[in-house]
Amino acid sequence: MKFLRMRPGYGEQLIAEGDIEVGEDEQMLVEEFRRQLEQGMWAAIPVETSSGRREAEMVRAFEDIPRAAERVIFFPRAAGGAR
Amino acid sequence: MTVALCATAIVVAALLWEVMLPYLERRRERRRARKEARAAGQGIASYDPGRERRAEQRARELLRSCVNEEEWEMYRDLGLIRVWGGESLDKELRGVPYAYLIYPHKPIVAYLPQTGRLLNEYCVEFPDESRPYGSSRLPDSDDVLAKWMALKGDERRLISSANMHLPGRQVDPRQVQRDIWRLGRWERERLERHRRASSGAA
Repeated sequence: MKFLRMRPGYGEQLIAEGDIEVGEDEQMLVEEFRRQLEQGMWAAIPVETSSGRREAEMVRAFEDIPRAAERVIFFPRAAGGAR
Repeated sequence: MTVALCATAIVVAALLWEVMLPYLERRRERRRARKEARAAGQGIASYDPGRERRAEQRARELLRSCVNEEEWEMYRDLGLIRVWGGESLDKELRGVPYAYLIYPHKPIVAYLPQTGRLLNEYCVEFPDESRPYGSSRLPDSDDVLAKWMALKGDERRLISSANMHLPGRQVDPRQVQRDIWRLGRWERERLERHRRASSGAA
């Protein structure tokens, strides 16, 4: 599983990678996931439906991430724009 | 005579001072802002067009890998993505299908595809306060992908985070109407191409 983060002036950056089935890696991913959320990031998973449509799911906790997910994309939390 | 000239000179100097004062204050303010920007690494020198292009290229690849083929082609050809709404955000709609137009770094525009009526503008940003290169602004395609994922994953949360305005606040409604028309034409042409390709293959 890869954790990617969108960055201004950079595009996406690989911030963590590990096998969720390996205890040590899972722990590292859990910690990184929490760190990103604490930094104000939102997390999304690109998914494909049974009909082949591409969709996205937002996740708020590490436990919500499907174990088969290949990528989790972090991006800054939405804020209201120009008033 | 001398006294009169001196008095006139003093009056002229005072008037000039009054006129010049706002100009001098503006100059001082600009100088101070430039100094602060340099200290924060936001100066012109820190802007690297090559880096921004590479960032945008990476962002486009990521967008392409996440959205549907049709949506990717829409963005590539028209510079926007249409996403169908899945919630009943407005009771007045009573189940009428509605959609959003996602533009990079512009408000999301909600509209009724059947009539082309514009509903609302949702002003939303994704500022990265860590400002790795002095700017909090994501590359264009990342901004579009963030909006797409947030709308697909949790439409209500995104819409409630946005500032809602009537159409025309930031995006020219004539431009949006034109984009809706371009989108319709683009879809018809795409459908026709696919039809011809599939009949040719058969």
